[in-house]
Amino acid sequence: MLRFLVRRVLGALVILLLISAITYFLFFFLPSDPALLSCGKNCSPQNVALIRKNLGLDLPIWTQYWHFMVGIFAGRDMPIGHCPAPCFGYSFADQQLVWDTIADRYPTTLSLAIGGATVFLCVGVGLGLVSAWQQGRAFDRIASGVSLVGNSVQIYFLGPIAIGLFASSWHVLDRGHDPDWSHDPWGSVQGLILPCMVLSVIFWSNYSRQTRSLMVEQMSEDHIRAARAKGMSSRYVFLRYALRGAAASIITIFGIDLSAVLGGAIITEVTFGLHGLGLLSVQAVLRSDLPLEMAVMLIGATIIVVCNIVVDAAYALIDPRIRLS
Amino acid sequence: MSILTKTEAGPPGPGDPAPSGPFLSVRDLYVQFATEDGVVKAVDGLSFDLERGRTLGIVGESGSGKSVTNLAVLGLHNPRNTTIRGEIVLDGQELTGASERTLERLRGRKMAMIFQDSLTALSPYYTVGRQIAEPYMKHMGASRKAARERAIEMLARVGIPQPRLRVDDFPHQFSGGMRQRAMIAMALVCDPALVIADEPTTALDVTVQAQILDLLKDLQRETGTAIVIITHDLGVVANTADDVMVMYAGRCVERGTVREILKSPEHPYSWGLLASIPRLSAPVDLPLSPIPGAPPSLLNPPSGCPFHPRCAFAEEVGGGRCATVRPGIPEDERRGFACHLGRERKREIFTGQIQPRLGGGAR
Amino acid sequence: MSVPQQDHAPRETMNPLLEVTGLRKYFPVRGGFLVKRHVADVRAVDGIDFTIAEGESLGLVGESGCGKSTTGRLVTRLLEPSAGRIAYRGRDITHSTRKELAPIRSEIQMIFQDPYASLNPRQTVGHIVSAPLEINGINPPGGREKRVRELLETVGLNPEHYNRFPHEFSGGQRQRIGVARALALEPKLIVADEPVSALDVSIQAQVVNLLQRLQRELGIAFLFIAHDLAVVRHFSQRVAVMYLGRIVEVGERRDIYERPRHPYTHALLSASPEPDPDDRNATERIRLAGDVPSPVSPPSGCRFRTRCWKAQDRCAAEEPPLVRLEGNREGHLSACHFPEEPTTAARGEDIVLDPALAALEETTADKTL
Repeated sequence: MLRFLVRRVLGALVILLLISAITYFLFFFLPSDPALLSCGKNCSPQNVALIRKNLGLDLPIWTQYWHFMVGIFAGRDMPIGHCPAPCFGYSFADQQLVWDTIADRYPTTLSLAIGGATVFLCVGVGLGLVSAWQQGRAFDRIASGVSLVGNSVQIYFLGPIAIGLFASSWHVLDRGHDPDWSHDPWGSVQGLILPCMVLSVIFWSNYSRQTRSLMVEQMSEDHIRAARAKGMSSRYVFLRYALRGAAASIITIFGIDLSAVLGGAIITEVTFGLHGLGLLSVQAVLRSDLPLEMAVMLIGATIIVVCNIVVDAAYALIDPRIRLS
Repeated sequence: MSILTKTEAGPPGPGDPAPSGPFLSVRDLYVQFATEDGVVKAVDGLSFDLERGRTLGIVGESGSGKSVTNLAVLGLHNPRNTTIRGEIVLDGQELTGASERTLERLRGRKMAMIFQDSLTALSPYYTVGRQIAEPYMKHMGASRKAARERAIEMLARVGIPQPRLRVDDFPHQFSGGMRQRAMIAMALVCDPALVIADEPTTALDVTVQAQILDLLKDLQRETGTAIVIITHDLGVVANTADDVMVMYAGRCVERGTVREILKSPEHPYSWGLLASIPRLSAPVDLPLSPIPGAPPSLLNPPSGCPFHPRCAFAEEVGGGRCATVRPGIPEDERRGFACHLGRERKREIFTGQIQPRLGGGAR
Repeated sequence: MSVPQQDHAPRETMNPLLEVTGLRKYFPVRGGFLVKRHVADVRAVDGIDFTIAEGESLGLVGESGCGKSTTGRLVTRLLEPSAGRIAYRGRDITHSTRKELAPIRSEIQMIFQDPYASLNPRQTVGHIVSAPLEINGINPPGGREKRVRELLETVGLNPEHYNRFPHEFSGGQRQRIGVARALALEPKLIVADEPVSALDVSIQAQVVNLLQRLQRELGIAFLFIAHDLAVVRHFSQRVAVMYLGRIVEVGERRDIYERPRHPYTHALLSASPEPDPDDRNATERIRLAGDVPSPVSPPSGCRFRTRCWKAQDRCAAEEPPLVRLEGNREGHLSACHFPEEPTTAARGEDIVLDPALAALEETTADKTL
């Protein structure tokens, strides 16, 4: 197991390095000039040159990339000021420390992701389990129908409707705002309920369908029949044997989805006016803000890679055939 | 531990009603599945009896209904698309209408099953020991620790070396033969009075098959269990069964003792089976005599005798009766066959055409 | 074309069609930390010799993992041998390239176990059977379709079914399609790998008879690979018994089945279930213990020694050569230091090595006393 983890972590580092390099070099193929953008309206060539020097854009690309990567681990002194590790530099656009901006925004994304993921996992898997248990009966059919609808709606359609109904008309839920856990935990929860619910809809409908079909498939396996043949109750067999078999596949999908929402749920953020990582990444691209882009990109990639390793480890925990071979 | 000594002492345990008549009795069993293409008549009016301590071999090709019958006995069919009619009486208790709760108490305790493929029939997620211990805890109310000890004892009995270590292994760490032994241990852990073995050795190599079959026989001798062994292999039947039932298209076409079926069969399908298999002792210059055609579809089984489209002697029966009249089989006799062919003519065919192919006793 | 059918025609008069010497196939096992490297070998086939004469059928029996299927695939060159030599009509084809093999490919054909998996479900029967003709650019007189219809008739299928698809046929009929395809190029040697083991009992005989007819009428030689000893006995004039990648005994059918010398052959024959209730008492009873060892690290010396009741120190030290033992007839070779008597008759005492069986049988024997 330890060998496996070490191997996966080493592999992950290589992948992250590759992603960082590709992102960095791709940026310089873009036609826009960040120095020109941050120079403002009244811009002289001297100013542009100065800004370029301040941002370090006058150095060769390889050197810039090297400085950037070293900064992440060791921090670096920049013309604009010291940048402690992990240093992603200063934003080209607003000259703030990129890491501070992210630290400011990430709680929103993290809260939204964890809240949404909890809802969609519990609701989706729960619905799927009940559907599989009630296979062919009324509940199963209704749940399938609802899931199908849920699978096909879009957040930018569902979001405004939910705000209109729950917040504006009935005043039962908050319309959504950024959380502030240290000063107003209860308000933070209230502000997240609606966004989390809406975000989870498109996911849980998928989970309920997947869980149902995985469980139905598992229930037709030989070892399920064998377990029943030794007198174990249907419910025991369903929860201990079949669910164990379905869990590996569910976790795999969950890992992918979780890493996606942890990297920022752009549409949900925009719909509810939240200031998370998703929105930040859009802004970074639009403003040609290389340090911010790099930071968002690398954080997203790291999350995906870490989620993958966690999924694989969970897989090994569930399935002894993987753990012991 | 006490269970083992109890059954070694012999006949039924405390609480079991005294056996009167057959231990398992199936009467007029019909099993039908609803499928997209129509209703499959998997078992079509089947009756048989089995006594304690005896082994019944059920022989047939794929689709003959032999596995379905036994799933019906255990109540393991899918209730959503399956209808069952008829009587299944186990030790005086009617099973066809029994509640799921009743069946759960009987399964694993009074009747157990050994499956064909031990790789798929054991859950890959739990240790062998746990899977053996589970029914013991449920049915005997044993503690986790006692059940584990029992699992180790069972593994030792079925010949797993170092059972105390191997009890914590997962099924994939066992070889095929060892897994099948573990499955036998799992089926026998509560000393069931009836064991149904569905092709228990088909997936195994011959030398391992011989070990496993002998193990079943020896364990039976020790515990007095009744065994139903389902197989397509007449050699397996010859080695294990006391009585044999030959199934074709969901019906019993012939039954009798193993000697009667293998040495003096009366039904043309039994003849066909026996004449079509190569033997170690039969003359090699005689080509095999295959049964023409293929087994019928159970969506639309042939009228009359289900075997008549493949039967070489159907024409000899007057009035086309084979195609119209379903031949009966006497219900309460041990020996029986469902065929319209006359007794004299049958003897003639058997001695003339079939017997020479059956080979001499010794190789 | 007809071929002498006697069980043991003098072998020198036949030309060896196929000659295999020292054939080996090792499958590498890769493992290790960070960098995958070659750590061991699965020795699937580990040095075997045999010949097949023209029109002869050689049976290859053994349990799973003994290397019999791999041998078949090596002979048809679906696998590349690791060592040894395969000669077809005296020509070395061990490492021939695709191009060099082309003229021979048509003469060596293969029939597989699973008739369904080996037929393309999207092609008609006519297409499947005529494919070998097309690929090899053969235009038989009267056209390919006529030839295919003839082939379908030869294997007992209705030529009218030319345009049907494999799923419209039963298992036995599908295997016939496979046979027709193998026959399309008028092969001289067919490697049949478990050709009937996936079929129902009543259907097996149909296919065995068909293959036997082809062998006799067309003079095709067979390498008949199967785990069922009775089927092999029925089909093959000579039989080789394999264990863990080696041939342990080979000989005429009668030698192997009636006068076996190698303990493993005895064990196999004893374990093979015969549909005769009297057989139990008439023949010896041998029950081995445990399973076949891993072919990654086979036992030293004689590979069967770990499960053999006659094994002594010499068996571990010295690998027994495959030779004609004293008392063996011409062509009957056994690889054993301490061979058994040449009979399968019941012994005074059963040989039961399985500890569970031995224990159970001891207690019941005690009770009956």
